[in-house]
Amino acid sequence: MAFGVEQAKRWMNIANDKIQQQKQYLTELDQAIGDGDHGLNTARGFQEVVEKIASVNYEDLGSLFKDVSMTLIAKVGGASGPLYGTAFLKMSLALNGKKEADDKELVAALEAALSGIKARGKASVGEKTMVDVWEPVIELLREKGSMQAKEAALLAKEKMEHTKELEAKKGRAAYLGKRSVGHIDPGSASSYFLFAALAEALEG
Amino acid sequence: MKYVSLVLISHSEEIVSGLKKLLNQVQPDVPIAIAGGNDGEIGTNAFRIKEAIESVYSEKGVVILFDLGSALMNAELAIEMLEKTGHIAIADAPLVEGAYIAAVEAGLGKSLDEVVRACEQAKQMVKVEH
Repeated sequence: MAFGVEQAKRWMNIANDKIQQQKQYLTELDQAIGDGDHGLNTARGFQEVVEKIASVNYEDLGSLFKDVSMTLIAKVGGASGPLYGTAFLKMSLALNGKKEADDKELVAALEAALSGIKARGKASVGEKTMVDVWEPVIELLREKGSMQAKEAALLAKEKMEHTKELEAKKGRAAYLGKRSVGHIDPGSASSYFLFAALAEALEG
Repeated sequence: MKYVSLVLISHSEEIVSGLKKLLNQVQPDVPIAIAGGNDGEIGTNAFRIKEAIESVYSEKGVVILFDLGSALMNAELAIEMLEKTGHIAIADAPLVEGAYIAAVEAGLGKSLDEVVRACEQAKQMVKVEH
C-alpha cells in the first residue's frame, strides 16, 4: 500500500463528500444531545480544507496535514475544531518530510492523532466521544501491524453505533447525564466518516 | 506593566464585549482583551484567542477566563501556539463572577497566582442565601 500526497488528498476529498452529504444527519445527532453545530461546523471546516489543499503541490505529507490542521482550527468554532485540528497536527508532525508513508508509518501517525485527541479533550473510552471510535480502531490497526483500512472502517461503524448505549461524560452532552443515552455521539459519527473515507481512498 | 491582564473567551462575541464593558466600569486600568465567537458565529477560535493573549501579554501575567467546554480546548491550543508561554494561567472559574473578581484583584496590583486563586474562589460564592 502506498499512501502519498495523492492518497491523502483523496482521503480529505472523500471525507468532505461524506460530511457534506451527512451534514443534516450530524446536525440532528448534535441537536439531540449537544448544541447542534456539529454538522454545520465540520461541513464548513472540511469544505475549506479541500479548497485549501486542492491548489497546493505538497512536497510531503507533513505539510499537507499541517494545512488541514490549521484550516480546521481556524474555521471550526465548535469542539471538533481543536480536536480534529490537533489530530491532524499530530499526523503532520509524525509524517514530516515524508513523501509517502508505509503501513507502519501511517498507523503510527494515526496513533499520534489519537493521543492528540485524548490530550486535548481529556477523554477516555466509555465517555461517549470520538475516542470511543478512535481508540479501538487504532488498537485494531496496531494489532494487525498493517493498514487494514476496510476492517478499521467496519469497526469504526460498530463503535459509533455503540456510543448510543453510553452516557455522556464530556462536552455539552454531559449536562444531559442519563438523558444522553439512546443517541449516537456526533463526534463519533464524523470520526466514522473519516475512517470510512480513508478506506475508500486507499482502495484507489 | 503594573497589572495582571485578563483575556475573556466566550462562544458569543456579545457575552465578552458586554462583560468587558462591565469590568471597565469597575476597573478601567486593567488591560482586558476578548475573544468571542468564530467568524461572527457562535464558537471559539484558537487563533483569535492567541491574538487576544498577545495583545495584553506582559511578564506580570495573563489570566484567561472562559465560558464553556470547547473554549478551554481552544485556549490550551492557543497557548501551545504562542512563542512566549510563561506567565499565562487559565482560571477554573465561572466567567462573569470570576472575571469580576479577577479585575478587582488585578487592579490592586496582585500577582498572577493571587489573581487566579481569588477568581477561582468564585466557584464557592453563595449568591442567594436560602
